[in-house]
Amino acid sequence: MTDYLLLLVGTVLVNNFVLVNFLGLCPFMGVSSRTETAIGMSFATTFVMTLSSLLSYIVNSYILAPLGLEYLTTMTFILVIAVVVQFTEMVVHKTSANLYRLLGIFLPLITTNCAVLGVALLNNREQHGFFESIVYGFGAAVGFSLVLIMFSAMREKLANADVPSPFKGSAIAMITAGLMSLAFMGFTGLVKF
Amino acid sequence: MSTLIAILVLGAIAASFGALLGFASVRFKVEGDPLAEQLDALLPQTQCGQCGYPGCKPYAEAVANGEAINKCAPGGEDTIKKIADLMGVEVQPLDENHATDNTPKVAFIIEEDCIGCTKCIQACPVDAIIGTTKQMHTIIADECTGCDLCVAPCPVDCIEMIPVATTTQNWQWDLNSIPVVQID
Repeated sequence: MTDYLLLLVGTVLVNNFVLVNFLGLCPFMGVSSRTETAIGMSFATTFVMTLSSLLSYIVNSYILAPLGLEYLTTMTFILVIAVVVQFTEMVVHKTSANLYRLLGIFLPLITTNCAVLGVALLNNREQHGFFESIVYGFGAAVGFSLVLIMFSAMREKLANADVPSPFKGSAIAMITAGLMSLAFMGFTGLVKF
Repeated sequence: MSTLIAILVLGAIAASFGALLGFASVRFKVEGDPLAEQLDALLPQTQCGQCGYPGCKPYAEAVANGEAINKCAPGGEDTIKKIADLMGVEVQPLDENHATDNTPKVAFIIEEDCIGCTKCIQACPVDAIIGTTKQMHTIIADECTGCDLCVAPCPVDCIEMIPVATTTQNWQWDLNSIPVVQID
């Protein structure tokens, strides 16, 4: 149990996918201009990441590994992720038209969110078990959501701030992201691996 | 041999995922844009075009895509409030450009003055005007939505908007305005 908790905290804070591993930066910059959209994106990504890490573990350890086809992992994982994203898109379209409209193009773009593929591949590399894979995928998604929502809240404040003209727009967003990354370095050493 | 196995395995995986997605697309089928459908249901369906769109459905689609919600004059404040609830946005006052008084009206053609030019027939969104070239036109009062669109094109100004008199036929009894519930 402690192992799982440590893995979760470690993935959410210490090895944060966005700010420490620099994965999934596209939605991090793209969907963070409004908090409402960021929250929607977070939920969609959390769902996709957890499900795809679980599915890719199953596919990898029960289909690819016994047949000695590990060299196909990347290709298969991309397939798995694409399917999960398509499925999520259908469910969101059916259940919440408003959220579907807010997420717009970013929902199908979860497919190309490298953090999702990153989770699946890192699970494979670190030889995570069934539950570890789920915890790792969920932790990565929670870390992504946490950072995305905090960043979008800051960007909403920044929209009203008196920023010097050379730093307006994307420039100040990049600087903010950099400062957040520095702040997250403070978590290093919180969990000993 | 191993290449063949790899192709078969990947093909099998892809086929099973395809079947899953096919099932999901039937199970989670969405007819049209559900938000636009819901908005369309709230609009008064006068098809008057006072919002600047060719009808209620196009305006509903535009609102679903972010158009201002306060352009429906026939619907008035009541419709704006319902749309705001559905969209989760603030209620706005009716746009001044689109504000009119809301008393139900019906168009009336002063038949002695009508020259039979058919311009009002082309303007009518609900085909409530009958008549043909160089023949006198008249209005089917039951079909008329009171949208005003025929007034402007008339070259001899023979169309008037007459407020509908309240009679026992069109009085809105609205018997359920206070919901009747059984109290145990």
